[in-house]
Amino acid sequence: MLRIKGLTKRYRTGDLALKGIDLDVPDGEVMALIGPSGAGKSTVIRCINRLVEPTAGTVTLNDTEITTLGGAELRRARRRMGMIFQEYALVERLTVMENVLSGRLGYVGFWQSWLRKFPQADVDEAFRLLERVGLDHMADKRADELSGGQRQRVGICRALIQNPNLLLVDEPTASLDPKTSRQIMRLIKELCAERKLSAIINIHDVMLAQMFAERIVGLQLGEIVYDGPPTDLTAEVLTKIYGEEDWSATIRKADEDEETRDASNVIALESRQPHRDRMAGLT
Amino acid sequence: MSVVAIAPRRWKKPPLIKRAWLRWTIGLGVAAYLALALGTTEVNWVRVWEGLPRGARFFAAFFPPDFTSRWSEIADGILESIWMTVVSTAIGIAISIPVGIGAAKNIAPAAVYYFCRAILAVSRSFQEIILAIFFVKLFGFGPFAGVVTLSLATIGFYGKLLAEDIEDMDPSQAEAVRATGAGWLQWLNYGVQPQVMPRMIGLGLYRFDINFRESAVVGIVGGGGIGATLNTAFDRYEFDSAAAILLIIIAIVMVMEYSSGYLRRWVQ
Repeated sequence: MLRIKGLTKRYRTGDLALKGIDLDVPDGEVMALIGPSGAGKSTVIRCINRLVEPTAGTVTLNDTEITTLGGAELRRARRRMGMIFQEYALVERLTVMENVLSGRLGYVGFWQSWLRKFPQADVDEAFRLLERVGLDHMADKRADELSGGQRQRVGICRALIQNPNLLLVDEPTASLDPKTSRQIMRLIKELCAERKLSAIINIHDVMLAQMFAERIVGLQLGEIVYDGPPTDLTAEVLTKIYGEEDWSATIRKADEDEETRDASNVIALESRQPHRDRMAGLT
Repeated sequence: MSVVAIAPRRWKKPPLIKRAWLRWTIGLGVAAYLALALGTTEVNWVRVWEGLPRGARFFAAFFPPDFTSRWSEIADGILESIWMTVVSTAIGIAISIPVGIGAAKNIAPAAVYYFCRAILAVSRSFQEIILAIFFVKLFGFGPFAGVVTLSLATIGFYGKLLAEDIEDMDPSQAEAVRATGAGWLQWLNYGVQPQVMPRMIGLGLYRFDINFRESAVVGIVGGGGIGATLNTAFDRYEFDSAAAILLIIIAIVMVMEYSSGYLRRWVQ
């Protein structure tokens, strides 16, 4: 059981991203968090595992208050929360196996991990998970050789090998095509059911959220404006979350979004290349 | 039907400097300085003309290069230079790794960042020759002064580029590793190191290459190695031996160039 009480985040720039959120996620529930860009969806899940430090409020997972933990205790708490990222966030120059095994870093010592000598049980589990997502033959490929859908499946394995109680999923389909998006969402849902995991899934795509989540929470400007089953997500509710729009064609719109977002991702990736020529003139 | 003529809307690329007077002042100022500087450069064409045959004679004295008569000194010098290169590159890189990590703004706390940046700035502020003169005065003639010089220069070079490469890394990959509950060292090893490694191997080889060339230069001011041998050859007017040394240096640099290029392709 995850319990969030009065969660508030003010960024150093002064922006109030979250305005005292209260949210309970019972064990085994798959919850989708929807809302416009900048509503604070990413901030919510990053405050749960404290990749972002909340300004106020408490987060409690199975009676452990995460917000007060320090150092080693926080790392132990993070092991119980698997995270799946937008654009996969695999370490591109590590192999698929190393990426999956990196989910065990919270359990093994530094030298063990440095020498890549993980316990056999971990390696077995890694192979089992890769097999489950159909990638066991890719174990020694470098992560950047994989396609988007394959990478996200590796990302899912990395989160699951932590043996978590809770999955934090940040825009898992943001850079995937519509078909792969559905496959990934279905996989996440199935795995949550198999392992009785609860999950918080940030997602732009309202259709996907409706298809795969049991509960939908709508976030707008750092406040929860909707909390209920996917069937009650009417045009009025969507207007409340996102603002005025013709919601009758949501499906169509969602697919178009996917494409434009893909294009902008390509540009972002290119511009992220570090300046290789910076070295010039430094001899 | 009447055709209404619309004046075409003109467009010109906006100038780099908006204010016209400033643009013209800077432009004319640079031009005037350049004209004066060129006008006052004194070239004694007679001496240039007289120097040409002298240069030709000097150049002719290089041929044929003599590898044999001073071979043992040359071999000692080369081996010493290679030793200096290996040791100084290893020491320099070993020290520059923690300094470089500390000098990366995105992962180091402010105090550590400024301290490490200061170390890098100091070690980069002097050219190798100046450092070498200083260390030769400090430790006396010989390769030790050269090794210290090259190590220090390596720290400045490698640490700065490592820091910049870490600052350029993809934060989401590192964040993902942090989210697994990894410790700080594990996070460095899994989240940061793989991202910077290929480039740092390439730069390590490049620095090795630089250190070898620099070892010839620091030798001239007393830092040991092949530079010392080269200097002695010039002092004794043994230009044929000097030519041999220069050829050997060129050969070694070329071998390193090709092998490092090959290695870099391999690590990518």
